Amino acid sequence: MTKLAPVLSAHWDEKDSFTLEGYKRHGGYKAAEKALKMDPDAVIQLVKDSGLRGRGGAGFPTGMKWGFIPQGDNKDHYLVVNADESEPGTCKDMPLLMANPHVLIEGCIIACHAIRAKHAFIYIRGEVTHVARRMNQAIADAYAAGILGNGIDVVLHVGAGAYICGEETALLDSLEGFRGQPRLRPPFPAIAGLYARPTVVNNVESIASVPAIVMNGAEWYQSMGTEKSKGTTLYSLSGHVVNPGQFEAPLGITLREILDLAGGVRPGHKLKFWTPGGSSTPLFTDAHLDVPLDYEGVAAAGSMLGTKALQIFDETTCVVRAVLRWTEFYKHESCGKCTPCREGTWWLVQILRDLEEGKGTEADLAKLLDLCDNILGRSFCALGDGATSPITSSIKYFRDEYIAHVTNGSCPFDPVASTLFVGAGA
Amino acid sequence: MAFSSEDLSTMDSIIKRYPRSRSAIMPLLHFVQAKAGYVTNEGIEVIAQLLDLEAAEVTAVSTFYTQYKPTPVGEYHVGVCTNTLCAIMGGDAIFASLKDHLGIGNDEVTADGKVSLEHIECNAACDYAPVVMANWEFYDNQTVESAKELVDSMRAGNPKPPTRGPSRLVTYKEASAVLAGLNDGLAHEGVQAGEPTLLGLKLSKEGK
Repeated sequence: MTKLAPVLSAHWDEKDSFTLEGYKRHGGYKAAEKALKMDPDAVIQLVKDSGLRGRGGAGFPTGMKWGFIPQGDNKDHYLVVNADESEPGTCKDMPLLMANPHVLIEGCIIACHAIRAKHAFIYIRGEVTHVARRMNQAIADAYAAGILGNGIDVVLHVGAGAYICGEETALLDSLEGFRGQPRLRPPFPAIAGLYARPTVVNNVESIASVPAIVMNGAEWYQSMGTEKSKGTTLYSLSGHVVNPGQFEAPLGITLREILDLAGGVRPGHKLKFWTPGGSSTPLFTDAHLDVPLDYEGVAAAGSMLGTKALQIFDETTCVVRAVLRWTEFYKHESCGKCTPCREGTWWLVQILRDLEEGKGTEADLAKLLDLCDNILGRSFCALGDGATSPITSSIKYFRDEYIAHVTNGSCPFDPVASTLFVGAGA
Repeated sequence: MAFSSEDLSTMDSIIKRYPRSRSAIMPLLHFVQAKAGYVTNEGIEVIAQLLDLEAAEVTAVSTFYTQYKPTPVGEYHVGVCTNTLCAIMGGDAIFASLKDHLGIGNDEVTADGKVSLEHIECNAACDYAPVVMANWEFYDNQTVESAKELVDSMRAGNPKPPTRGPSRLVTYKEASAVLAGLNDGLAHEGVQAGEPTLLGLKLSKEGK
């Protein structure tokens, strides 16, 4: 019996899966037709009953988020889809939109109906020309077919290379035409979001999951997954594995099971560390192969399910180098609004760089942890928190490796050994 | 360069997408790059006038986002992912060899104006690592050799097509127009998905 359960990805292997015709062949836009005949509150209740939780990282119940939108307030409401997929390791939404942009449009129609919004904006990262092209074409085709434009409008908004805009309030500032910097909450977007109007911000995968729920019912969705983590989701496996890729499975599958499907870690090597949900989620090791990959299971083991971005690193990888590179990323992407994150990530890089080059001391480890303590929870958004995750978790599991850099006076690893083309003459 | 009346009417149609005009800053900046190849002072001024803002307000937005270039990039702007996963799997080696091969550094352009180079952050294609982007189109599973061949093909005026993208690589200006939301008619070209994207689906059909 297969452990996989393709729902979102069920028809991606058809060459025209991204076209309106390809989408309609499998009942595309039937769910929107059905939902539009339902009372909006009934749609919200259906999504609540399904147990669908946000797939962008935080795992907040989607139906509950929709239910926060005040009704009868005579204000414009907005749906904003977060397609700014940028968390290192995360690579599910871009292939989803490349293969099937229409499912997102259909999800937008249903969500707009439920929250009584007339406008949806899809904020997509800027560094993906072909995905933006496909998404825009799909929107144009949906207008031409009369699917959009009858009371619901969808606009694609293309970002320009700022990781922080994946944070929902920074995304809203960016969409309003400002520098993308997070806002203080409350007020939450449900009360004062885009243009200070009630706004739902959802991840691509969350919204794309809605049409199937409307078609097949809450019970069907509930039948998959674990007690508090319902449904199927996309797990993205990358790194030192034989066959990386997308695996859609019910929530609660383990890395051991996914690795089995993927042919395991590359031959002759063994798992050293991995991220369960992108670089902002604390690292796991080979001791965590059987952790159920659902919201509760991963949290109980000390990390977060995040975006289900399973980045696999084998024993050739220097964990200090890996963590330094992520930290450089956070430093570069810190928007600069909050001092602990802006200054703190800068200092983290300086100390980690010294350590990786063998110029650090053992006292630097305590300093790193102290800095992390002063960043975590002290800024408007979670970017700084995320920056501390790889550092604190790697020191927890691999303190000896940091110390080896200090005693060696240099990095004990050969970077060539961890490349994919080692031995290939490159 | 000056913006033609046709350009101004395109810019007007971009503004009309939004309930509030200021939201159009980002697509308008992409459009300026589509016309000029980078964000020119003139482009900033035109956007400011159209949106009834100060030029400084537009500049403040432009300088926040790394994709808005203050100086010209190459006809083909090459980004090598050097975030952790790609870097470790070969991205660092690819980036170093391209700098050496082209004789330019990060954020620099070859003298012929054909190729510019930038190390980029995670590009949401980790299952295709190491990843190289050109004008923000995907070049998957790169090696040092394949990346050198790619930039050589660009300098020879006949760039290799993207792995997952249209059958020809568009120029930086053309790609910027797509990012501004304009339709270049190429959406139907290229695969719907690469092999890694389809792996789980394939295995489930095999009953695994």
